[in-house]
Amino acid sequence: MRKLKFLLQKEFRQIFRNRSILRIIFVMPVIQLLVLPLAADYEVRDIHVAVVDHDHSAWSQKLVNKIDASGYFQVLQYGNSFERAMAQIENDRADLILEIPAGFEKTVIKEDKASLFMAVNAINGVKANLGAAYLQQIIRDFNGERRAEWIVYPRFDPEKIITVTSSNWYNPNMNYKFFMVPGILVILVTMVGSFLAAMNIVKEKEIGTIEQINVTPIKKYQFILGKLIPFWVLGMLVLSIGLLIARLAYHIQPAGGLLPVFVFSAIYLLAILGLGLLVSTFTSSQQQAILLSFFLMMIFILLGGLYTSIESMPEWARWLTKFNPVSYFIEVMRLVVLKGSGLKDIGPHLLIMSVFAVVLNSWAVISYRKRH
Amino acid sequence: MRPIIAFIKKEFHHLLRDRQTLLILLGMPIVQIIIFGFALTNEVKNSRIAVMDLSKDVYSRSLLDQVEASRYFDIEREVNSYSELESAFRKGKIRMALVIPVNFEKDLEHQHRAAIQVIADASDPNVASTLTNYASAIVRDFQSGITDNKILPLTIQTELRMMYNPQLKGAYNFVPGVMAMVLMLVCTLMTAITVVREKERGTMEILLVSPMRPYTIMLAKAIPSLVLSIVNVASILLLSVFVLDVPVNGSLPLLLMESVLFTLTCLAFGLLISASTDSQQTAMFISLTGMFLPTLMLSGFMFPIENMPFPLQMVSNIVPAKWYYQVVKNVMIKGVGLEEVWKETLILGGMMVLLMALAIKKFKIRLA
Amino acid sequence: MQEGNVIEVEDLTKRFGDFTAVDKISFAVKQGEIFGFLGANGAGKTTAMRMLIGLSKPSSGEAKVAGFDVYRENEQIKNNIGYMSQKFSLYEDLTVKENIRFYAGIYGKSDQFIKEKTSIILKQLHMEEQANNLVVSLPLGWKQKLAFSVAVFHEPRIVFLDEPTGGVDPVTRREFWQMIYKAADKGITVFVTTHYMDEAEYCHRVSIMVDGRIEALDNPAALKKRFNARNMEEVFLKLARGAKRAE
Repeated sequence: MRKLKFLLQKEFRQIFRNRSILRIIFVMPVIQLLVLPLAADYEVRDIHVAVVDHDHSAWSQKLVNKIDASGYFQVLQYGNSFERAMAQIENDRADLILEIPAGFEKTVIKEDKASLFMAVNAINGVKANLGAAYLQQIIRDFNGERRAEWIVYPRFDPEKIITVTSSNWYNPNMNYKFFMVPGILVILVTMVGSFLAAMNIVKEKEIGTIEQINVTPIKKYQFILGKLIPFWVLGMLVLSIGLLIARLAYHIQPAGGLLPVFVFSAIYLLAILGLGLLVSTFTSSQQQAILLSFFLMMIFILLGGLYTSIESMPEWARWLTKFNPVSYFIEVMRLVVLKGSGLKDIGPHLLIMSVFAVVLNSWAVISYRKRH
Repeated sequence: MRPIIAFIKKEFHHLLRDRQTLLILLGMPIVQIIIFGFALTNEVKNSRIAVMDLSKDVYSRSLLDQVEASRYFDIEREVNSYSELESAFRKGKIRMALVIPVNFEKDLEHQHRAAIQVIADASDPNVASTLTNYASAIVRDFQSGITDNKILPLTIQTELRMMYNPQLKGAYNFVPGVMAMVLMLVCTLMTAITVVREKERGTMEILLVSPMRPYTIMLAKAIPSLVLSIVNVASILLLSVFVLDVPVNGSLPLLLMESVLFTLTCLAFGLLISASTDSQQTAMFISLTGMFLPTLMLSGFMFPIENMPFPLQMVSNIVPAKWYYQVVKNVMIKGVGLEEVWKETLILGGMMVLLMALAIKKFKIRLA
Repeated sequence: MQEGNVIEVEDLTKRFGDFTAVDKISFAVKQGEIFGFLGANGAGKTTAMRMLIGLSKPSSGEAKVAGFDVYRENEQIKNNIGYMSQKFSLYEDLTVKENIRFYAGIYGKSDQFIKEKTSIILKQLHMEEQANNLVVSLPLGWKQKLAFSVAVFHEPRIVFLDEPTGGVDPVTRREFWQMIYKAADKGITVFVTTHYMDEAEYCHRVSIMVDGRIEALDNPAALKKRFNARNMEEVFLKLARGAKRAE
């Protein structure tokens, strides 16, 4: 224990003397949490529509006005050339084309049926999907209004109609920041933890001090603990700063209380630091450690369920995410912060993360070799 | 000319000798393209839902059968109370719930009216809206099924075409994005770190006292990264065409030329970083905050730029990856030619020249 | 283990693939001796030393350091040795005092011991004023002397020095060797590798390695006589001329 005390003293001194580490710890949370949620807004609005109207009827006018007034859409161009509308899509000005065929109004009235044509730029799938759905909804509403004008229904409605009422739980105002901020906090803690840990042992390898440590009677687990504890403390510090910013800047506070967040993060950090130390023991230069960490982080973060939902992934990728610690943390943050889940609800997650922590750290201790 | 060649050879030796790093650098884009190409999709499907069927009659059964049959939903559990529902949400088991009221069939038969409640977990707002839309569409189908597909009078239908990416594959978005990320990583980070490492070890001073000019040294440092980047671009393109079925609709030479241009821009940035710092950790930190984060956040690859507040939109204009991303997306997927992307190309070129000039200037100052 | 010997080596060998870096070397070092381990670059002296201090596992042969077996008891060995590597091995971002305290602490020394001995050592090194300066700010010679003091701070039985005077001016080298003698007087055995031949004259006994084998081992006077040489430099050149391994 005494030896550990000296190791910890040394690590903390080095950390607090290193300006770039301190910058990472204090500047990153601020930048990420203040700027990223502004940038990371997936809310689909202001969809730009190019309308090609071959009909120029009262109905087509009304429809276009309704679309423009809906709030979701901005009618960018109104004309009768499909080519010109297409050019707008090609240079990324418009997201969607609505084509109203000639004689549209007349056809509906005479034949009870007519089609509108919609073409969506689907490179960005989310926007395409939602844009198309919103527009179809507006067209259906428009259809209902026209019907109400033209047909006087009997008092007793002859057709069976099922209405769908929808409620949005946990985030009734559909505020995108409630979704992103907890996720960004996860990424923040993960990056700080894993990069710092990964760079650390390897740095001692590069400057040669590790040899001096290896000829001392220090035990492997003592050495690893000496590295683990300081970064664990830093990680928890970053998390606390992050939670504070989330509360002050976005009024987000965990509905399930701070306890589950801190308990889970404590275990999660152990796991992620273990991973960093493992990277550190496997690589021989800081350059390698950085590249390997970047590589792992990119995969972990992109497959973590923050950008695209895990359920939509193919079977093998879903299976892969079971080994991705980041995905558990993101899920837990959302559960606790938005849905108010307590320690009991996240029990399984805690258990799995503990297994991660134990396995990764034991692996790091085993693969750290004092003798070659 | 000879000293330059000797120098470039030395840089290649560094690169080739460090097998581990080389493996990471060449393997990374391949693994990323495969994982992201297949795993990331913007399509929402197989969402786990709960149903609360308070009616349990023929209609409710057949509606639920239709829900189960759709590829969008997997019925994870049936519940009997709102508290059970809430607990399922809280454990993260379900994304959405469908509540069928009591007397569903009876109401529909006698009053011709019934209401179904859809409860979505709106912690992810877009997924929530998409799921609500899908559920409504299934209910509409069901409704027209029980009314014998009778078309209501005055019906307006819509025909929908998803252009460029009919299956809504994530790959169409991610291939150009991954290209930008990988090139940036290889060029900026690698270049910055290799130069700074020589400074840390003291070998840089030896190079600087040699009769070689500073720009020659920089050139020699840059060429291996450039070659590596071209190999990476080639492997990404081959994979996306042959494995992911993401076509190169536009001109291949144009795409390659633009990639080289972007690579040079990143290299210049890497050299600039290396000229202004002495430690690998600082170089990494600057690359991370100066290049990696802005690329991730402001290039339009992850987050739509048009949604950002105005100041951020302005800032996004100075992120080289933004322009490259747009060029790749347009040339590769929409198949447009230089006449559509000349503006972006010009901007990238301008950035490259500016960064290069700054780097050389900074390098000279440190020598003096 | 024979009475008075602190290091005994028998047929110690290290192979890396096909390459035999150290080829069946045998020798013994007595308590309190200054043992010079000489050889050209690449002769295998650092590799041999790394096996003795538990940084590298031998391929075959026997070796005991401070009475402990290098295969099974390498961790016990570490309690009894000090080491100073040719790569500078203090933390540059810690102060002089902090470095001393850290290394003494991980050898399990008490606070009282550390405090008292630190002030003695700082006095001997004339570094009282630099005690709270970062190591990075010290001149190289001072760093080397400090590193040696740190390596013997915990009073080990044997101290291993791997080219300790590389890149240091002649005055500092002389001072450095005075420190080595002082340590030896206190009964610490000194095992030192070097390629400065004038330094070899300072050792009680020297061994000369060529191509992974020990070609000569005796006291400097005897070696000079045997090779009919005026100084150790000539002894070395005569032996090294036959070397096959280039630098």
